[in-house]
Amino acid sequence: MLKVLIANRGEIARRIIRTCKSEKVATVAVYSDADKNMPFVREADEAVHIGPPPVPHSYLNVDAIIDAAKRTGADAIHPGYGLLSENEGFARRVQEEGIIFIGPAPEVIGQMGDKLTARRIMQQAGVPVVPGSENSLDTVDDAASVAADIGYPVMLKASAGGGGIGMQICQDEASLRQAYQSLRGRAKAYFGNDSMFVEKYVERPHHIEVQIAGDQYGNVLHLLERECSIQRRHQKVLEESPSPFLDEKTRELLCQSAVLAGKAVGYTGVGTVEFIVDENKNFYFLEMNTRLQVEHPVTEEMTGLDLVSMQLAIANGLPIAIDQGEVKALRHAIELRVYAEDPVTFLPSPGTITLYQPPVMEHVRIDDGVESNTQVTPFYDPMIAKVIITGTTREEAIERAIHAIQNFQITGIKTNIPFLLEVLSDERFREGNYTTWFVQERAANPKK
Amino acid sequence: MKQVAANMAGTVINVLVQVGDEISAGQDVVVLESMKMEVPVQAEVAGKVVEVKANIGDFVNEGDILVSVE
Repeated sequence: MLKVLIANRGEIARRIIRTCKSEKVATVAVYSDADKNMPFVREADEAVHIGPPPVPHSYLNVDAIIDAAKRTGADAIHPGYGLLSENEGFARRVQEEGIIFIGPAPEVIGQMGDKLTARRIMQQAGVPVVPGSENSLDTVDDAASVAADIGYPVMLKASAGGGGIGMQICQDEASLRQAYQSLRGRAKAYFGNDSMFVEKYVERPHHIEVQIAGDQYGNVLHLLERECSIQRRHQKVLEESPSPFLDEKTRELLCQSAVLAGKAVGYTGVGTVEFIVDENKNFYFLEMNTRLQVEHPVTEEMTGLDLVSMQLAIANGLPIAIDQGEVKALRHAIELRVYAEDPVTFLPSPGTITLYQPPVMEHVRIDDGVESNTQVTPFYDPMIAKVIITGTTREEAIERAIHAIQNFQITGIKTNIPFLLEVLSDERFREGNYTTWFVQERAANPKK
Repeated sequence: MKQVAANMAGTVINVLVQVGDEISAGQDVVVLESMKMEVPVQAEVAGKVVEVKANIGDFVNEGDILVSVE
């Protein structure tokens, strides 16, 4: 692999460029009109304009991206996260064009992208799944019948959904009946697939995921877990590892289940197996993300590994260079996601950043995509930076995180920095036993 | 006269009311889209719509008036 085209933007494009540079691999950025002045465009060795700002015309424009790869002679494409990263058709097209797709086989992306298929494969492999429907529920009566069997509350989900989109909690049959048609309609519109299913809704759940890596020789390792329960609108805001909720025995079982999941599909590349863990530490497969994850730096800072480097090596056909026994939690790591949004309502806040000054401190890593005078446009995701902090202990990491985020200056747009500070200072967070209900419960009872 | 203002900066993707409509407090009047998120804007008070300033495709800033109600 000599030249990698990055079919993405912002902080993740910069992150990938960084490892490519250190491994003497050339990089090609692609960009929309809205991004022409962004740091990632400058930092790549070459940059190709692919279209106007809306993503269907630029970052989801497969023909323009393939054309850019051919014109620049890129022999591999890294899809980053989001956008085309979990698009089976794109991965297949890249391979058909004789270009290396940095990720798993297209079939695996397809299997894991369809939540019902993924559930079936995991069940067969002996990975626990949330009790729920085996097949697509084509009528509201089918859905109501399965829900009655498993018991309310249930989660009604689109099989093609993910990332917090296409799902709804239903407390009773009336709310299920009300939600069914509209959710199905939205699934058709967003994903072009309106298969629906229901799962038992786990109350006060923990969202814990396991990083895995697999090579072309059948080796699958886990790189330990990440605790991702601090979420708003089903999207993560803070991740940390090791999870303060898990004991050693549960951790080992969880990580082994993730390896089993990876082996069941012959996974190649880095990927993440997401689990729901209930209050009694029972865990269930939720979904598999067949790509590099936003929060991958938590694992990197905890273990000392470079996940992008592993991706490049695996895509080059090399075996994974480490053994399971060498994967160790060397430090506690926390990632804070800085979003351009209102810190109270969490509504997007696009605009021009007038001053941008991230903290420069020991044990603090900044992965960002903007600078002073960057215009944060309404076209893309609101995440503008990630702050990754490490410590010998969780307490030390939290103290450093507070210090770091207090020294992060961003003016001109609203950001969630005040909210991140409140989370880090919250007793319930500091105790370490928090669930995905944390943000809601805190809003209802902020005095702690 | 009461006004319904944009709760965030974004693009108007749907206008749900017309001049002359009687609306109730809490009713969705406009849908905005920004950063991959669709957000409905609700009327805070009931009344009759006397002016609709928002057009589909417009970019509005937080606080911009979308609809006037009497």
